[in-house]
Amino acid sequence: MSDSQSQRAADLALIARIRAGDEQAMTALYDCYSGIVYSVALRVLSDSAAAEDVLQEVFLQLWRKPDAFDASRGALGPWLAVIARHRAIDRLRKRQPETDIEDTVLFVDADLEEEVARAEAAGKVRSALTAIPPEQRALVELAFFQGLSHSEIAERTGQPLGTVKTRIRSALLAIRKALTT
Amino acid sequence: MSAHSQFAEDLALYALGALEGLERSELERHLEGCVACRSELQRLRGDAALLALAVEQVKPPAGARQRLMAAVAAEPRRTVAEVKPRWRMLTPVLAAIAAVLAIAVLALWRQNVDIDRRLAKTQREMQSLTQEYGQLQADAQHARDVLDVITSRDAVRVTLAATNAKPQPQGKAFYIPKSGRLVFMASNLAPIPAGKTYELWLIPKNGHAPMPAGVFRPDAGGSANVMMPSLPAGMEAKAFAITIEPEGGTSTPTMPLVLAGAAP
Repeated sequence: MSDSQSQRAADLALIARIRAGDEQAMTALYDCYSGIVYSVALRVLSDSAAAEDVLQEVFLQLWRKPDAFDASRGALGPWLAVIARHRAIDRLRKRQPETDIEDTVLFVDADLEEEVARAEAAGKVRSALTAIPPEQRALVELAFFQGLSHSEIAERTGQPLGTVKTRIRSALLAIRKALTT
Repeated sequence: MSAHSQFAEDLALYALGALEGLERSELERHLEGCVACRSELQRLRGDAALLALAVEQVKPPAGARQRLMAAVAAEPRRTVAEVKPRWRMLTPVLAAIAAVLAIAVLALWRQNVDIDRRLAKTQREMQSLTQEYGQLQADAQHARDVLDVITSRDAVRVTLAATNAKPQPQGKAFYIPKSGRLVFMASNLAPIPAGKTYELWLIPKNGHAPMPAGVFRPDAGGSANVMMPSLPAGMEAKAFAITIEPEGGTSTPTMPLVLAGAAP
C-alpha cells in the first residue's frame, strides 16, 4: 500500500515538475508509461508508425497541459491507457478527437499505481478474458479496440442489439470480478 | 430500480463509448440526476481501463523517446510561455502593493522625522526645564535660608532701639494683599499666663470686622512668629493688631490692643 502511495506521490511530483517545464521529468514519465500507451495504440491501430504518432500526441499533450491529469480521477497509468485508446480510435475512425476525454473519471478497485501491481492486474484480466466465451470477448474487443458503436457491432456480428448489450456488460463485470477475487 | 436495470446494459456500452443515438442521449439525461448510475459508470470505465492495461506489452520503437523529447524541446518554453502571463497578471497587483508599501515607507519616514524633531524639541525643553529647576532649587534654598534665619530657635534676635530707651514690645507684619500671604514677627513680648494666647488681627480697609490672623505664644526671649495664616486673597489691610485672648483664640478681638500698626 505504501508502495502504491509512494508511486502516486512520485507521479504527482513528476506532474508538478512537468508543470514547471522540467524536461527530465518528462523523460522519467515516458520511461514509466510509454510501454502501456504505445501498446494500447498499437493494439487499436495495428500500425507501429501510427501507434508512435499517438504515443507522441498523448505525451506532448501531457507536456502542454499537465493539469489535465487530476489525481482524484484515478491513477496515472490507467488514465494514460484510456487516453491512448481514445486517441487511437479517433485516428482509426478518422474522428475529431473527443475534447472531454481527459475529464473521464476512472474508478478501479485494485492498486494500479505500482508497475508490479499493474502487471499482476493485467495478468488477471487476460486470464479472465480467456475464460469468458469467445463471442463475448469478441464483442468487447470490437467496442473497445475498434471503437464500433453498438449498432455497428450488431450489424457486423449479426447478433440482436439486446444480446450485444447483455454480453458486453457481462464481459466487463467478469473482468471486474477477476480483479476483486 | 427498473430504471437502473434498464440503464445497466446501456451504461456498459456507454463506458466503452459504444452507445449511440437516442439511447445515448436518454442515458446522459438519466446520469445527470442519478448518483448511483454515475458511480457505476466510473466503475465500468475502470473495468474498461483494465482492458487497456491488459493488452500485450510492446516496447515503443527505439527512436520514439528521442523523437518525443525533440518535440518537447521544440515546444515554446513553458517557463516563458506560462509564467510570464501570470506575472503580467500579477503586475498590477504587485504595483499596487509596491505603491502601498512606498506610501507606508514615506509615512513612516515622515513620522520618524517628526518624532526626531519632537524628540529634539523635548530634549531642549528638558534642558530648559532642568535649568529652570536648578534656578528654582537655588531660589528655594535661598528662601529656606532666609526663613531659617528668621524662624530658627537658634537664631539670635536683636532689636535695635535708641540707646537710652527701654526695650519695647514690637511686631513686624509682611503682607501681600493680592495673595493673602502674611509673615509676622514679634519681639520683646511679655510672657503670657496659662490659658491665654496672643492673637493677631487683620483690620480690613473696607470696614469689615477684624479677621483672625493666627494665635501664638512668645518664647522665653519674648519672640514669636506667625507664618502664612489662612487669609483670603485680595483683602486690603488697613492695620494689624495684637490682643490677648483665651487659649485657642476667638473670632472677635478683646480689648485692649497690646500692639497695633497701620498699613501704609
